[in-house]
Amino acid sequence: MDARRVSRMVIDPKVRQVGFVTPGASSEPMKHIIESSSMASSSSELTPSGNSLSPVMIPPPRHAIPVPVPSPLRRPSIGDNMPLGSYNPSDSLLGASPTISPSSRNDDDNPYSGIPSVDLSDEFSPRWIDRTNSGTISNTKADDFGHKLPQLASSFPFSSNLTAVSMVKMPLPRRGAGEVETNHSMSSKPLKEKTSKAERRALQEAQRAAKAASKETGGDKQAVAFGEGANPNAKQAKSAKPPPQKKDGAPGASSGATSEKKGVDRPPEKERKKDVPAPRMQFDDTQRVEKAKRRALVKPTETMNRVELFRHLPQYVHGAQLPALESKFFEVDQMHPHPAVYRVGLQYLTGDISGGNARCVAMLMAFQEAIKDYTIPLEKVLIRDLTAKINSYVSFLITCRPLSISMGNAIKFLKARIAKLSVTLSESEAKAALQSDISRFINEKIVLADKVIVRHAVTKIRDGDVLLTYGSSCVVEMILCYAHELGKQFRVVVVDSRPKLEGQALLRRLLAKGLSCTYIHINAISYIMHEVTRVFLGASSVLSNGTVYSRVGTACVAMVAHAFHVPVLICCEAYKFHERVQLDSICSNELGDPDALSKVHGRKDLNHLENWANNEKLQLLNLTYDATPSDYVSMIVTDYGMVPPTSVPVIVREYLREHLLI
Amino acid sequence: MDFQVVVLAGGTSKNLIPLVSKDVPKALLPVANRPVLSYVLELLEASNLKDLILVVEGQDAALQIGSWVSGAYADRLHVEVATVSDDAGTAGGLRAVAHHLTASDILVVSGDLLCDVPPGAIAAAHRRQDATMTALLCVPPVSGPSESGSAGGKDKAKKPGPQNIIGLDSSKQFLLFVASGAEVEKDVRIQRSILRAAGQMEIRADLMDAHLYAFNRTVLLEVLNEKPTFQSIKLDVVPYLVRSQLKSEALSSGEPLKEEGWNENGTTQNNQSYISEQHVISTHGFLQQRLFGSNGLIGAPKMRKCCAYIAPKHKYCARLNSIQAFSDINRDVIGEAIHLTGYSLSSHNNIIHPTAELGTKTTVGPHCMLGEGSQLGDKCSVKRSAIGRHCRIGSSVKIINSVVMNHVTIEDGCLIQSSVVCSNVHLQERVILKDCQVGAGYVVSAGSQHKADSLARKEKA
Repeated sequence: MDARRVSRMVIDPKVRQVGFVTPGASSEPMKHIIESSSMASSSSELTPSGNSLSPVMIPPPRHAIPVPVPSPLRRPSIGDNMPLGSYNPSDSLLGASPTISPSSRNDDDNPYSGIPSVDLSDEFSPRWIDRTNSGTISNTKADDFGHKLPQLASSFPFSSNLTAVSMVKMPLPRRGAGEVETNHSMSSKPLKEKTSKAERRALQEAQRAAKAASKETGGDKQAVAFGEGANPNAKQAKSAKPPPQKKDGAPGASSGATSEKKGVDRPPEKERKKDVPAPRMQFDDTQRVEKAKRRALVKPTETMNRVELFRHLPQYVHGAQLPALESKFFEVDQMHPHPAVYRVGLQYLTGDISGGNARCVAMLMAFQEAIKDYTIPLEKVLIRDLTAKINSYVSFLITCRPLSISMGNAIKFLKARIAKLSVTLSESEAKAALQSDISRFINEKIVLADKVIVRHAVTKIRDGDVLLTYGSSCVVEMILCYAHELGKQFRVVVVDSRPKLEGQALLRRLLAKGLSCTYIHINAISYIMHEVTRVFLGASSVLSNGTVYSRVGTACVAMVAHAFHVPVLICCEAYKFHERVQLDSICSNELGDPDALSKVHGRKDLNHLENWANNEKLQLLNLTYDATPSDYVSMIVTDYGMVPPTSVPVIVREYLREHLLI
Repeated sequence: MDFQVVVLAGGTSKNLIPLVSKDVPKALLPVANRPVLSYVLELLEASNLKDLILVVEGQDAALQIGSWVSGAYADRLHVEVATVSDDAGTAGGLRAVAHHLTASDILVVSGDLLCDVPPGAIAAAHRRQDATMTALLCVPPVSGPSESGSAGGKDKAKKPGPQNIIGLDSSKQFLLFVASGAEVEKDVRIQRSILRAAGQMEIRADLMDAHLYAFNRTVLLEVLNEKPTFQSIKLDVVPYLVRSQLKSEALSSGEPLKEEGWNENGTTQNNQSYISEQHVISTHGFLQQRLFGSNGLIGAPKMRKCCAYIAPKHKYCARLNSIQAFSDINRDVIGEAIHLTGYSLSSHNNIIHPTAELGTKTTVGPHCMLGEGSQLGDKCSVKRSAIGRHCRIGSSVKIINSVVMNHVTIEDGCLIQSSVVCSNVHLQERVILKDCQVGAGYVVSAGSQHKADSLARKEKA
């Protein structure tokens, strides 16, 4: 026992979890073994009786466990129990590796029973439980855990200890295969045994029934995943495993069982992918960049001097892409997008279309046209084929310019609509439905939303106000014009910045309407701010922590306004909201053309940065967006009303789901 | 991409007499021993444009061109030949094929164009701007490499042809004004409304219209129908479209602009002063956004935008529309623009067909081309010249800076300089030709000397 305790110290967290899971499991090894043998019969009965989902038997323990240990408060007491529960794993550590006696192996089994239960502990989200559940399902093979645990380890912080557990198993497979088999069968029994604690049984059964029912509904998906899913999944599991486990995978598993296990294993994997947004492309990952290049219609050429901090963003030479696209204009290529999409892509590339709303509308209209001309190829299903088409269009557009968040939302909406099309619709009906969906999205989410925002925002403009705006936001422009039409007396300060000088266009239009304006560059912002009474800013996106993602410089303006106690109103349509949380503008941003910085319009004598690319020690950084912390934002004007930045997650949660469903 | 291509191959151009004849229409004139039309067709083929409509003036020419195309491009291109009368003009040619045009945009290419600008670039620019018309503009190649050779000076003496005056906006994407050199007298008149809309115009005289256009079909057909008198695309249709680009906008926005409000806009400079310099006429007004406002949402007013695609400087672009151009192009194509032909130069910078036979002490200099089965006698010298197929050339013949077509017989002691010798010509002994054009089948008698002459058989009509 002493030795065990010592070992427990070594792998402390694991032990704690094990003890936690099996509080009443066994105070003495003897009792435990006896129980296991007695339960073996019952569990073996159950296993065959179940369908392919027989493993469902195992879920009960997980659900059961939280029940006895509902609150964290109980943990200390669990700690007290620990010596009891911890008995098994520590034994395995000591016993299994040095000696290969069958007796020690019996004890080995216990750690297995312990391991799944570790997964089941209430610290894990239900999703994780699901996953391990299906993993343990089939035969509760030893290597099941081998596959599972490292994955857990990599994805879940707590599980860093669990990797150690899987290491323990290592010695096991080295024994003869036959022995391992018996081992497995043994191992499953004690597991069952624990679950079968008499007082929990009834509860478990009930939960299992519920679970089975819910799985039945999702059954189709699983069946689909079954056939095709097995292989990739196997690969995945292998790659996830640390090398020592690879060894155990090979001898241990009998083929039928593994395939079943993998098949079952698949769907939760899928679910996980759905829930966790796919990681964005990191452009300093050479392998993936290479892969993406092969897929792309245009081979992007890369800039020479990358800024270290922003290496992960797409950095392309802007001049090189257009000729490449042009020369391929007529080539009939599978990757070739619809002409309308192509045109929009070119317009993005050359900057003819810029601004979140304009880009989004242009893209949607191009998709609308593409859908109009779309015909279902032979032996294809509209839902799948059209989704693939849209995907290829989107990736083409990305090569022209990275998508904005608003466009991402619009694409998500469109795909959801395609996926929801009923199979019974004829081709023309489906196409008409999609087209009308798109125009409704444009109308409701953009055009009408703008009108509502204007109505709201105008109430905040009073006579004698001095309003400040930055860059050229179309909503803000509408607000100003509308307020002017209402006859309000106010003055506008247009703040601008190099290199885009978008404010000049806005200024020109405002002057044409007869507003009185002041035009300054952003470096003079602190001098003008004291006379400003309101700041109106547009946004590319508002993230769910209230961070405003907008044209670079916005954060600076908002900060200065905050310092001067001037209210900052962000005008942003709700379709641009995103559930993502971003704390800085580094992890996700867009790089502009660095050459734009080196040239000053109308000053040919300022050519010190000519040939800057040849100088290895010089790097130019032209960022396009920045993130304004919610502290600086007084109010966000959206189509759902004027809300504080803290309410963004509410809108995201309550309305954006629904907007996907419209 | 929903484009249709019309190639205007022309007929027997008057400018090119005596090089062209009934037997050799303009489109089949050899450039580096290949018909000039093949360059256009291959340019289009390289861009994957394989369905072409070929418009030819005149029945005979149509037959010849049609048979050549069907022979040379049997499996590669799908070409339909349309025949129009001799005086139909380019616009007439388009009218004739109007009912075949179905795509949303039409690419119109002149058959005498040699260039390596991908048509996709023009088409992409056209689509991107959603333009009514996009024209390819290019900087004409500097004719002839300046060499100290005896013939070098001749080229320099040639005056550049009449210049086109072209007005562009500040982004060099929109065509605001077009006047071809012939029309331009002392004054250039520019619409005030266009200036006002554009704010700023750049007038350039150093650009050439390459006769490669992308048109919006509906507008093009509308113009062709409305204006039956229009003959030429370049002289009538394009200027009309450029002039009327604001009109449609004015109609839609309801405020009638004085479209005919011509204004003598104080630029009475001489043509020559434009050359290679650019004047900014007016810098006032920032109503640009009206014309070029794409900042707002997409529903911008429907306007007949006329755009220009300016070929990058390193691209070659030339039109075979004069005798001078013919010899220039031949020289360029064998020389610096060799990539157009797809031949590769030998170590001596020339192209000699393996079946060509050279006598002893005969030298073939750089930038020369010798066609299949041609024979040269002893002590000949060939410099910067193209010699066609199956020519028989005697001894002590000098050919400098010239084009000799197929089946030409040149006897001993001839000197041919800066000249064009057409097919089946027979030059007898000791003929000296300088700056001459010899029509097909002509026989130059022995010992005669010609300078700056055009020799051709009398047409036995």
